[in-house]
Amino acid sequence: MSALLTVKDLRVQFPTRTGVVDAVRGVSFTLGRERLGIVGESGSGKSQTGRAIMGLTAPHAKITAETLNFDGTDLLDISAKERRNLRGNRIAMILQDPKYSLNPVMSIGRQIVETLRTHEKVSKSEARKRALDMLSAVQIRDPERVFDLHPHEVSGGMGQRAMIAMMLITGPELLIADEPTSALDVTVQLDVLRILDNLVRDRGMGLIFISHDLRLVSSFCDRVIVMYAGRIVEEIAASDLKNAKHAYTRGLMNCMPQIGVDRHPLPVLDRKPEWAA
Amino acid sequence: MNNQQNLALTVENLEVKYDRFRALRGVSLDVHQGESFGLVGESGSGKSTLLRAVAGLAPVTGGTITVNGKTLGSSRTKAFYREVQMVFQDPYGSLHPRQTVDRLLLEPLAVHGFADIEKRILRALDEVGLGSSFRFRYSHQLSGGQRQRVAIARALILEPSILLLDEPTSALDASVQAEVLNLLEQIRRDRKLTFLMVSHDLAVVTHMCDRLMVMQNGAEVERLSASELARHAVQQDYTRNLLVASEGFVRPATPS
Repeated sequence: MSALLTVKDLRVQFPTRTGVVDAVRGVSFTLGRERLGIVGESGSGKSQTGRAIMGLTAPHAKITAETLNFDGTDLLDISAKERRNLRGNRIAMILQDPKYSLNPVMSIGRQIVETLRTHEKVSKSEARKRALDMLSAVQIRDPERVFDLHPHEVSGGMGQRAMIAMMLITGPELLIADEPTSALDVTVQLDVLRILDNLVRDRGMGLIFISHDLRLVSSFCDRVIVMYAGRIVEEIAASDLKNAKHAYTRGLMNCMPQIGVDRHPLPVLDRKPEWAA
Repeated sequence: MNNQQNLALTVENLEVKYDRFRALRGVSLDVHQGESFGLVGESGSGKSTLLRAVAGLAPVTGGTITVNGKTLGSSRTKAFYREVQMVFQDPYGSLHPRQTVDRLLLEPLAVHGFADIEKRILRALDEVGLGSSFRFRYSHQLSGGQRQRVAIARALILEPSILLLDEPTSALDASVQAEVLNLLEQIRRDRKLTFLMVSHDLAVVTHMCDRLMVMQNGAEVERLSASELARHAVQQDYTRNLLVASEGFVRPATPS
């Protein structure tokens, strides 16, 4: 199986007044048509890794990589226009909070249609039909009604489904989901994950699932990358997470309270300077 | 099991209305002194509204709230806020961005006319594990966990007997959450505090609380103890769904 995405020695640097901040420091991995989780705390560089692949890093940042190859195309080599053609079409991204990532003054239907018509030449009525089909594919019961609603008129779970519909309507091969369910209630969270899981499986997409929640990621993904201070500290099969070797991974697994397990006080992470080395 | 004197907080048939929307529909609970009581539910269930109603931050339209034997009226006195303090969810939003930690901690002391300010500020910082080097920093110079520690220090500096905690760790990383939860538990033990804690995370609530109430649509669904929850001895389907959901994603068996 050929890799869909190859990342080798990816670095993202931000020049600031107080010196250069290294957000991502030499990340390497390959992704096939599978579900890969990237886990880490705030500031670990997990989101910046996703954004660099998507091409959404702030313009003043410096991105370097030995290889950043998507299906035979070197992402750092192509023009901004070619990158735009890929983005939203063959690579799509789901963001954390539908409240902020949807356009507040445009109906949900129009936003989905806009995405589709940006990348494909389809008639208005055809686009509308495909948007409605996509809305029912993300299990929105009354797509006709939701089509005409604005983002503030729907719940968080509904908004996130609309976001997924918008991202999947062009049939991308690679989907990057950056904390797609962190802003949602636990019960809604599972509905959204189930929808995502079905769509990814049925369409044979590659998925990068970025999250701070190690337990959630390990139950959803095939493989997990654990990041700390801009580097990968461990890469492990999700089913094998119990046997994680790195102290940081084990610490992350351990420090969450569990129902039915009485631990007072909770074990806390004892951060070692060599982890960040 | 206990007589009336041991109740730190009693809420009876509490109603809260925002215009025509009934955010709370007749909720009752009682919390004993030194107990830790949890409120769980999804967004819009009224769990935070209940907390805010006790603190005097929500429009109460019916029912009574009794704190340490005194039934509260529509306004809150200074003496009330010496007994009851609140810690909010978002440490980025609940600290004044242009005030130093020192100024933030000074404010409640000045309002309540304390004399030994210097000593109290140093002790409060020490108690939440920050040390005096943090005293003259601004909140943007602190991490999320440090900010939440400052918010806890600010609540504790008046030596209240009841602490209202509204999702105190949901904005924090898992590793930092563990540190803050440990801190809260230790403070409760040392000061014999009563906690009323809101969280959407069942695991956090069962870890912190002895008893808890599950809420939905502004009403009680079920009241149970942490050990009952751990044994999955729940009566209502709604609670069972929450419990299943909190155990993470389970891939449905693929038909092969």
